[in-house]
Order: sequence, then structure tokens, then C-alpha cells
Amino acid sequence: MESVMDLTLVGGGLVVIGVGIGIGLTGKGAMEAIGRQPDASGKIQVAALILAALVEGIGFAALFAL
Amino acid sequence: MKKQRHLAFTVLIFFFGLTVGRSSTTFSEKDKSEKGDIKSEIKEYINHHLKDSHSFLITSYKNEETGEMVYIELPLPIILYDNGLRFFWSSDFKHGEKVVVSGENYYKLEYHDSRIYKTDKEGTIEYDAEHHPLNEKPLDFSITKNVATILLVSILMLLLFVSLAKSFKYNKGISKGMGRFFEPIILYIRDEIAIPNIGEKKYKNYMSYLLTIFFFVWFLNMLGLTPLGVNVTGNIAVTFSLALLTFIITNVTANKSYWGHIFWMPGVPVVIKIVLAPIELLGVLIKPFSLLIRLYANIQAGHIVLMSLIGLMFVFNNWVGGSLSFGLAFFISIIEILVALLQAYIFTMLSALYFGFAVAEYDEEH
Amino acid sequence: MENLISQFSFGLFVWQTVIFIALIYLLKKFAWKPILDSINEREQGIKDALLSAEKAREEMASLQLDNELTLKKARAERDTLLKEAREIKQKVIDDAKTEAKTEAKKIISQAKEAIQNEKNSAIVDLKNQMADLSVGIAEKVLQSKMSEDKAQMNLVKELIKDVTLK
Repeated sequence: MESVMDLTLVGGGLVVIGVGIGIGLTGKGAMEAIGRQPDASGKIQVAALILAALVEGIGFAALFAL
Repeated sequence: MKKQRHLAFTVLIFFFGLTVGRSSTTFSEKDKSEKGDIKSEIKEYINHHLKDSHSFLITSYKNEETGEMVYIELPLPIILYDNGLRFFWSSDFKHGEKVVVSGENYYKLEYHDSRIYKTDKEGTIEYDAEHHPLNEKPLDFSITKNVATILLVSILMLLLFVSLAKSFKYNKGISKGMGRFFEPIILYIRDEIAIPNIGEKKYKNYMSYLLTIFFFVWFLNMLGLTPLGVNVTGNIAVTFSLALLTFIITNVTANKSYWGHIFWMPGVPVVIKIVLAPIELLGVLIKPFSLLIRLYANIQAGHIVLMSLIGLMFVFNNWVGGSLSFGLAFFISIIEILVALLQAYIFTMLSALYFGFAVAEYDEEH
Repeated sequence: MENLISQFSFGLFVWQTVIFIALIYLLKKFAWKPILDSINEREQGIKDALLSAEKAREEMASLQLDNELTLKKARAERDTLLKEAREIKQKVIDDAKTEAKTEAKKIISQAKEAIQNEKNSAIVDLKNQMADLSVGIAEKVLQSKMSEDKAQMNLVKELIKDVTLK
């Protein structure tokens, strides 16, 4: 019982790391895109937010499935 | 010393806009390890706050002389369905200490999970190994704290936006008063959320839903940060209901090509079509699921973090740690205001996106 | 997940759904529809106003163009008129000059003719007078020296010879 609990916590940690990397990459891409094309910043922001939300959603799904 | 600390905790919680349920009654009983005591007390405080409650508690303190807890609260009506409807007030429970008789049934409020259970005359509740009550639960349609808050927000929205609509009428198309602040937001939702995602042709059908859901979620999120301390959008039942509506609207209004893309993806080999169909079908369910979990988890997590930081001040119990966690709590509460808006925006945005998928007109060879 | 399910409250779910649907319906009827309609109306009004302004501007521009064209035309016309006038003036002056010249010539020639005539008549007159004078002289001479016919005749002849017409 104890060891199983530990493993789920490790899994949760991995999920959080994965989601963190995902959102970080999304943000990086968005920032670079805005840097390249400041005119399209509105559209890029919306797209980035949606993508971040989707990545986050996967993370939540995994965390709550624990 | 202890009493002062408890009072300070309540005041600070109030200051940061998070009033919580009763403090631990184990105060006078357990006087052993102080650190462990305050930790478990904070934990219970937070846990209780996150849950729905049957009464609208404003604050509570311990009477020095009698040693009894004094609660300042608004009682709310309890409505149970158990072989007929039963009504009484939440104050009858006396915070889980009294058994309420209604008809020939006995009911008791279990404090730990804030649920009402059917009991015998003495009000005994049996627990299983993991401390889950085994007693029978009546169907509970009480006007709980969350339901009352939802009603409050609904009335507020009706007043606000009906007056905005009227001001348009009387001022020949120019808004006046409070509505002025909300008009640009309405325009933003129309021009930046609805039209780009759903399309010029069909966005009008969804505008009412998108506007209502945006303001509803936003107002409830903000209300969660006020001293009312309600946690409505951080409640799974509420977000489930919201996401379910999005799910139903998406699927009811979906056109043929939407279903076509799910069950028989055009333009790919037959084998992949067969593989894709269950994945796409799963996606249909995952989309609203992520919607409900996202809102729930963000608001829930925000409340937990904020309250834990406030609680941390009492764990540290010194100037350095206290002021540090005070600053952090202040910072987080500002972040939470942003999150309140952002989550409402994302919920609306994603709903619009899903509606957009449902009504999109694809070319044949796409 | 278990935690989530155990937290789920059916009563709250029902209340939330009912209240929310009622809220959507009421807001749609009494708030969103009028608000969006009046916003649309306002936007349509602005669009129309802008369109008509654009139209007016275009009309103005075309009008200006017309004006300019007519102005140009008028200017050209004026120029040609002026040119013509100048030409006519020159012609008139020239004509007048030539006419005057011919007239003057005519007058001069007439004057010359008249002078010639006068001169001729004067000469004739003079000749006649001379003749008369000669006759007179001759008479006187004759009267005095009528004795010798021959000498007289010679004298007359000599006298006449001396008289030259100039």
C-alpha cells in the first residue's frame, strides 16, 4: 500500500513536469512569434492561450485520474 | 495566547476574503503538540472551506467563559427528498450536534463531509475503515451556501444587464452608468471570441450562452475572492453542470460534417478511419471533461494556495516568516484576480471553439 | 478521481443547472438581445454614416474635377478669344494703315494732278496774258514805230524769242 502510494505521487510529479515543459514551450513559441511579428500578437496570444489550456487539460486529466 | 492566535487567523482569513467553516472544536481537548495541532487545524479549516456548506457562516469564535463555540451565520433552508419533500432550517442542526426530526425520520449533519445522513433517534453514524459514513443519504436539494451564491450572482447579473439594455434604449444606442464598463467586454466576446471561432454566419445563436457563461464564471470567481469566501466555481458539481451544457449544445447543434469527421474521417485510408473513430469519439468526451476539470482545479488550487499561505503565518509564528507569507499571500491574491478573469475567458473561448468545430463547413476534399 | 466523485453533490448540480438555464433564458430575452440589437443598430448607423460621407466626398471630388475641367476650358476659350481679338486688332490697324496710305497717296496724286492742272492752266493763263501783253507791247511798239514795218516785225520776233517758258 505504502509503495503504491509513493509511485502515484511520483507519477503526479512527472505529469506536472511534463505539463510545465509543454506550457513553457508554448509560451516560448508564442513569445518568439510575437517578437518576429508584433502585428499578429493578438492572434498569437489567443492561439497560445488555447494551446496552453489544452496542455493543462491533459495534465489535469492525468492528475485527477491518479 | 491560543485564543488570540485563533482570532488573528479568522481576521486575516476574512481580510483575504476567505471565510471558512467552523474552527476545530478540538481546541480545548488537545493541548499536546502545538505545531501538529495548528497544522491539522489549518488543514481542517481549508478542507472545510473548499466544500459546500449548509449555512452561510460569517465568522466563529470561542466564548472564553463558557468554552463554547459561537457562530455568526445566516441559516439556509434545507430541502430533502425522502418519501416526500421535507423542509427545515440549517440552524436546527446546531453544527452537527443535534438530530433533526422531520416526519418519522431523523437526520443529522455529518460535519466532516458536510452531508446530511439519515440516522436513528440517537443520531449514530457508522463509519467504514476509511472514515466514510455508511448511513443512508436522503436526496439533498437544500439551498446551500453555493446555491444561495449562484442565486445572488444570477440576480446581480439580471439587474446589471437588464439595466444596461434599458440604458441603450433610453440613450439612443449609447450606454450609460454601470453598463458602460461591461459594454466593451460584450463587444470583445462578440468580436474576438464568437466571430473568429464560430464564424460570421452562425455566431448569433451562441452569443447568449457565451456571454452568460463568461459573466457567470467571472463573477463567481471574483466572489470567491471577496470576504464572502464562497467556492462555487471550485465545486465539481457546478463546473460539471457548466461543461455539460457546453457538451450538449455542441452536440445538438453539430452539423453532418462534424459527425462525419468523427466517425468517418474523410481523406484518409480505411484502416486509419477505423482507428481514428474511437479516438475522435473519446475526444468528444475529453473536451468538456478538460473544461470542467480546468475551471475546478484552477479555482480550487487558488483557494488552497492562498489559504495555506495565510495558515503558514501561524505555523511560523514569528516576524520573519509571518511577514514573508503575508507578502506572498498578498501577491497570490492579486494573481488570483487575474486567474479569475483568465479562467472565465478560457472557458468561454474553448466553448466557442468547440461550437465552432461543431458548425464548421468543410470542403468535400478536405 | 474518487475524491472528485465523492465531492459531487447532486442537489447542487440540479440547482446550478436549473438556475443557469433560467438565467440564460432571462438574460437572452431581457438583456443580450436588446443589447446586441442596439449595438448592431449603432454599428450599422456608423457604417451608413461613413459610407454616405465617403460618397459625399467622392461626389465632391468629381465635382471639383468638373469644375477644374470647365475652368480649364474657359481659360482656353478666353485665351483663344484674346488671341483672336489681338489678331483682329492687328488686322484692323494694318488695314487702317494701308487704307490711310492709299488714301493719302490718292489725295497726294489728286493734289499733284490738281497742282499740275492749276499749273497748266496758269501757264496757259500766263501765255495768254503774255500774248496779251505782247500784243499790248506790240501795239505800243506799233503805235510808236509803225513806220517801218519791217523793223517792227523783226523786233516782235526777237521779243517773242526771248520769252522762254519755265
